[in-house]
Amino acid sequence: MDLYEYQGKQYFARYGIPTSPGGVADSVDEAVAQAEAAGYPVVVKAQVKVGGRGKAGGIKLAADAQEVRRHAGAILGMDIKGHVVHRLWVEHASDIATEYYASFTLDRPAKTHLGMLSAEGGVEIEEVAATNPGAIARIHVDPVRGLDLDTARRWVDDAALDEAARAQAAEVLVALYRCYEEGDCDLAEINPLILTTDGRVHALDAKVTLDDNARFRHPEWDEFAATETEDPREKMAKEKGLNYIGLDGDVGVIANGAGLAMSTCDVVNQVGGRPANFLDIGGGANADLMSSAMEVINADPSVRSIFVNIFGGITRVDEVAKGLIEALGRVDLRSPIVLRLDGTNAEEGRALLQPHLSDRLMAERTMLEAARKAVALAGAAEQKSEERA
Amino acid sequence: MSIFVDETTTVVVQGVSPTSQGLYHGLRNRAYGTKVVAGTNPKRGGEVIEDIPIFATVAEAVQETGATASFISVPPPFAAAAILEAAEAGIAFIVCITEGIPAHDEARTYNRLVEEHPVTRLLGPNCPGIISPGKCNIGITSGDIALPGGPVGIVSRSGTLTYQALHELSQQGVGQTTCVGIGGDPVPGTNFIDCLAAFQADPDTKAVMMIGEIGGSEEERAAEFISANVTKPVVCYIAGVTAPPGRKMGHAGAIISGSKGTAQAKMEALQKAGATVAENPTEAAVRMVEIVKELG
Repeated sequence: MDLYEYQGKQYFARYGIPTSPGGVADSVDEAVAQAEAAGYPVVVKAQVKVGGRGKAGGIKLAADAQEVRRHAGAILGMDIKGHVVHRLWVEHASDIATEYYASFTLDRPAKTHLGMLSAEGGVEIEEVAATNPGAIARIHVDPVRGLDLDTARRWVDDAALDEAARAQAAEVLVALYRCYEEGDCDLAEINPLILTTDGRVHALDAKVTLDDNARFRHPEWDEFAATETEDPREKMAKEKGLNYIGLDGDVGVIANGAGLAMSTCDVVNQVGGRPANFLDIGGGANADLMSSAMEVINADPSVRSIFVNIFGGITRVDEVAKGLIEALGRVDLRSPIVLRLDGTNAEEGRALLQPHLSDRLMAERTMLEAARKAVALAGAAEQKSEERA
Repeated sequence: MSIFVDETTTVVVQGVSPTSQGLYHGLRNRAYGTKVVAGTNPKRGGEVIEDIPIFATVAEAVQETGATASFISVPPPFAAAAILEAAEAGIAFIVCITEGIPAHDEARTYNRLVEEHPVTRLLGPNCPGIISPGKCNIGITSGDIALPGGPVGIVSRSGTLTYQALHELSQQGVGQTTCVGIGGDPVPGTNFIDCLAAFQADPDTKAVMMIGEIGGSEEERAAEFISANVTKPVVCYIAGVTAPPGRKMGHAGAIISGSKGTAQAKMEALQKAGATVAENPTEAAVRMVEIVKELG
């Protein structure tokens, strides 16, 4: 789960990482109130989960209430790379002397945590890594031992931060590691970490990705989850407990297992179609799950055909077939379905479905044939709707 | 032959009660022919459930039965402790199928195993387990879709795609030596290279099927290993060509970060290493059947 900047800063604050005083605003009036509280000059920042906000005009400096009104009015409702701005973060503007970069993430091949620190902050770290890799000081942190202040001090020296920043920066890094570790982050990134002209080190931005698997021990994440996605399809799927990701095609996909769901999207693509979504209903595939999955797909107006791809392992295909038939009785589908059922008890499952087959519910024997059929049906449906138009 | 497990492997199932997942899967595995010799449950030491003697701890189970492998399907909050308990009891091969363990728990557990229990091999978490057809099945793979006798070894990050591969090969009459599901999490205990090395060393395995997916760089590392160390034919399939960057595709480890971890990059690396790269699971099976026929 990715956090908005303001949520990331609130999360940082829990672990003692210093940030600028500021607050959240959903309207122009609220923005002015937050600016008055933070003290002028302020920075008005669009809250969207996408990079390049500054270039898009989503971050503006304001010296007084009038300027806050003007900028907040322009930024609220702005579309930044497909993300509409509904919320602002307004904070006291800092006098920046120098910008640094700091982050922790998991180094998967090394199976330890990777800390990156650079005296060249405020730009994309990928860019620094490509053009001046020597400017990034990396350390590997053993998850069993953690990061102590002495190590952080050596690391700060190694990265050649300004003398005036080093002692504070080392403390921020230890706090950031704690936030990353105890806070169950996949990524905790400060870019830029700044040294102000009056000698203070603090986080000017926050990029935090939380590990969804750790949610059971973080009740405080509930408020973040409420604002997680703006895609209405994904919101609906989440409420129904489905593993769904919206894509931009017209073939709805339902499969059991993450790998098979991914592979199903790929095969639709290979035979010339475009998947509308990734949807993994997991191992169970009972009637309740199947109906929920169909409801979510049915609610997506761009879907023109549905490809249900099930491989029975521990779940027998005849059980899946029963669930499917029950689900079809509950949901009134707009689009035709192509089924591919294989694996344990596939013959029994196919026999159960035989009497229900029609031009709205078709079965194919292999994944490829079923994908071709679903793509052809989506194409035909599109042609029809174009003719009508 | 087979890798990691065979007909002599004896299994302790951790977390057994009359209603637990552990018992359900343990009984299925026993019905397949796996030697399930013990179960554990701190509150049920001394009981016998479905003819399986239950011990309070893994250490006692090992002492009394000599179990060599353990099977863990306990819920995520308890999985890391269960893995370490098995390792401390001297279990050499641990299969953990639990899905949803926090990444930080996995990283800590992995490093503790490496530092304190270097002889222990962990398979998983979040994997379907391992099956050496006709000999031993630990996990949730359906035994019906596997065919004994080799000559193909399978290693996969995805559960259902593993079943798909097993099924398609079996239907064509091509058997498997061992099928290993390494799981889709960011810190797997056993990786592609561990399995490729074992298959290369196993005289009965003549060819290897490797099923990967987006995220991380394990497939790229496997490609380097194949090019340097594997002389047996390898057929690969990578899922997630159409996956959008920055989204976790079901598995916690299946995420494209920036331009890293894409299916295209992995396929290119494997092709360069001399592996046969298929476009979809069906094609992978077809190519493998051709290779096995050529091998004679």
